Amino acid sequence: MISSRFQVLTIAMLLAMMGLFVAWYKVVYLGVPVTPHDKRSVFTVTAEVDLEGTGAPASVTLRLPSTQPGMKILEREGEAGEFGMTTATMDDGELLHWTKRSFDAKSKLFYKVQVIPEPLYEPQESRAVWDTTPAYDDTQFWDASEQAAAAGILNYAREHSADAISLAAQLIDMFNAEMPTDAVKELQAKKNETTTSLVMALLAREKITFRKVRGIMLEDGQKERHAVTLLEVKGADESGYFSFKTGQITLPENFFVWSLGNRAMMTTKGIAKAQLRFSVSEAKVAASMLSKREMLKQGSDFLNFSLYTLPSSQQNAFKQLLLIPIGALVVVIFRILIGIRTMGTFMPVLFALAFIQTTLISGLAMFFVIVSSGLFVRSYLSRLQLLLVARISAVIIVVISIMSVMSIVSFKLGIDEVLKITFFPMIILSWTIERMSILWEESGAREALTQVGGSLVVAIAAFFAMDNNFVRHLTFTFPELQLLVLAMVILVGRYTGYRITELVRFAPLAGR
Amino acid sequence: MKFVTFGALRRKGIVGMNYRNVELIGRYNPRSHYPLVDNKLMTKELARNSGVPVTELYATIERQSQLRNLHDILAPYERFVVKPDYGSGGKGIVVITHREGDTFIKANGDALSLLDLRKHISNVLSGLYSLGGRYDTAIIEKVVAFDPMFADYSFEGVPDIRIIVYRGYPVMAMMRCPTRESDGKANLHQGAVGVGLNLKDGSALSAVIHDRPVTHHPDTHHDFAKLKVPQWEAVLTMAASCYDMTGLGYLGADIVFDKNDGALMLELNARPGLAIQIANGRGLRERLETVDRQKQPRDAHERVLYSMNYIE
Repeated sequence: MISSRFQVLTIAMLLAMMGLFVAWYKVVYLGVPVTPHDKRSVFTVTAEVDLEGTGAPASVTLRLPSTQPGMKILEREGEAGEFGMTTATMDDGELLHWTKRSFDAKSKLFYKVQVIPEPLYEPQESRAVWDTTPAYDDTQFWDASEQAAAAGILNYAREHSADAISLAAQLIDMFNAEMPTDAVKELQAKKNETTTSLVMALLAREKITFRKVRGIMLEDGQKERHAVTLLEVKGADESGYFSFKTGQITLPENFFVWSLGNRAMMTTKGIAKAQLRFSVSEAKVAASMLSKREMLKQGSDFLNFSLYTLPSSQQNAFKQLLLIPIGALVVVIFRILIGIRTMGTFMPVLFALAFIQTTLISGLAMFFVIVSSGLFVRSYLSRLQLLLVARISAVIIVVISIMSVMSIVSFKLGIDEVLKITFFPMIILSWTIERMSILWEESGAREALTQVGGSLVVAIAAFFAMDNNFVRHLTFTFPELQLLVLAMVILVGRYTGYRITELVRFAPLAGR
Repeated sequence: MKFVTFGALRRKGIVGMNYRNVELIGRYNPRSHYPLVDNKLMTKELARNSGVPVTELYATIERQSQLRNLHDILAPYERFVVKPDYGSGGKGIVVITHREGDTFIKANGDALSLLDLRKHISNVLSGLYSLGGRYDTAIIEKVVAFDPMFADYSFEGVPDIRIIVYRGYPVMAMMRCPTRESDGKANLHQGAVGVGLNLKDGSALSAVIHDRPVTHHPDTHHDFAKLKVPQWEAVLTMAASCYDMTGLGYLGADIVFDKNDGALMLELNARPGLAIQIANGRGLRERLETVDRQKQPRDAHERVLYSMNYIE
């Protein structure tokens, strides 16, 4: 007969090899990523419009961003306050109208867009059509010497360039030169003109097709910013992009285009003062929140059996479920290899799962509040001499009441985390309270606290093992690695050596 | 905190919890035999049939409704013990040493009313103290009459003798002496003294409290060196025959001395702890291996003689 120890080793080896082989195959031949996609950034771009009314009927029109390559728009939402809000779809994009019959106060209107930068994203519909009519040539109203200066500048630029794009580059360079020519200086001295408006006026005079590209850099923490204006010049095949400060650039990857074209971003009627500002905030969202199915669409039949093919609600259930073996492994290691005593074998895993929902610190805080108030109530209940089942049921009811009260009070105080308290396994919590109070009575506070402390230590360790993007990704993308976990559990299950805590426990014996 | 290396423990031949669970309990204690020791009533019955003396059973309470008659059930008894049938580790045991009408006085002098006692028994029946929280039966049995020969080594409680029986051979023994700290209970966790006993003659080897060596009882201040258990061969034989009656290869037998009835088997344990090694100042491993080398079948008495002479 084969010894059971040998069987255990063989089974563990087979399981581990099977798991690793399948995972290896998926990585090497199917290109399934080993590491989780980094957390994806979701940016919320908010356009804030500060208004001061005149008392007349007021209307504000804001150009709205449309789909664009490299940027996925998740959600768009306007806030109208006391205004009416409508949208209109025009040839060159969407418009938002805020309107009000009579407006004489100050007000703030918002429009929010949630964006994910995704370099490979190509929208179905192309961006707004080019405005082919050349921009209106303002320079014809300039005085003679200014016109001469403009002609001079353009002559120079034309000579020193090959096409529309290089001409635009030359112009911007001339206006940004450290030692500008006299002609440039003369134009710069003009009232109400900036480099931007001058360059555009000259381009219009040259009949070059261009448009303004206005938008904002997607960087966290931007507040009350003006839109960044870039210039797009139409060349023979491709467009060139320009910054009015630095000349030709490539469009930055994290540049979110709000509006295209030479029209104003915002126009108002019946408004004394209006100011448009942008702010950007970034939130990290796990890539798994976005469908990973796309990521895996390599077309392998093998992957057709992956968990990613399940409906997303089931996927989420499995994500939780597949973490439990990791928690169980932690419990096995702590109990068998380290020798920490816990209250109830898998209670720590359940609490770790709860901590994942509530976050660790607030979870621990809630645990302490509930358990200590539960113990307090339980000590009174024990005087009523109830039967065990009734007593635990009473504790469960009291625990739920405590949870409700905590939720309501903290919600009023604005501490939203506490609302997640419902993720705590109430029944387990009540049993913990019951067992702890019995242990307290029978073996003293020390033993009770040791065991609860041990359980919490294991729960925290399990929490860190499970609340880990890498582990989450591995367990879900490579469910075959469960076999490896199984092999480890089986192996540890046959460990007959000493526990770490026994090195202390038996120290007086071996020391002699 | 002092700690030692894995190698040091191995050289000392100390058995750890994992070894115990896998190689001793897992290998030699078949699950199906557990009820024989987990259920105290069954153990009592079994022991009586095998001629092992046990404490006298007064009554059993199986249902909450019987509690209404508790007064009548207890009426004939001046002194008694209440135990959960499936209890473990001394949980839920209440010793009443005398009573004044319906006031019951515990070993440590605390008074319990009939109502207190009912509440306690009700808890026992609900499974509060039993393994796995199952519904339980309360046992009411005779109190062990304290044998004055151990008065020097005990504080407000009866010392008991724990003998580890491995595949029928007694391999290690200790006496557990209650202290003030342990509240009269013979439980090492709660601060009772563990006195390692020489298998040869039942004399004391060394003593520990909370895993630390002591020479004298902390309350009575008597020297443990003079402690010697009488009728040693009979005590070991009782323990060894528990193997034959339960079939458990790794067994803890708890034996007490009654002033009138002599040595009695109090209870059996299918998962005896390892603190006995600390009390004895030596590891179990070598002794287990000695037993493993025994091939010829022996009866309980022969095994005891072997243990007394060759296991040390």
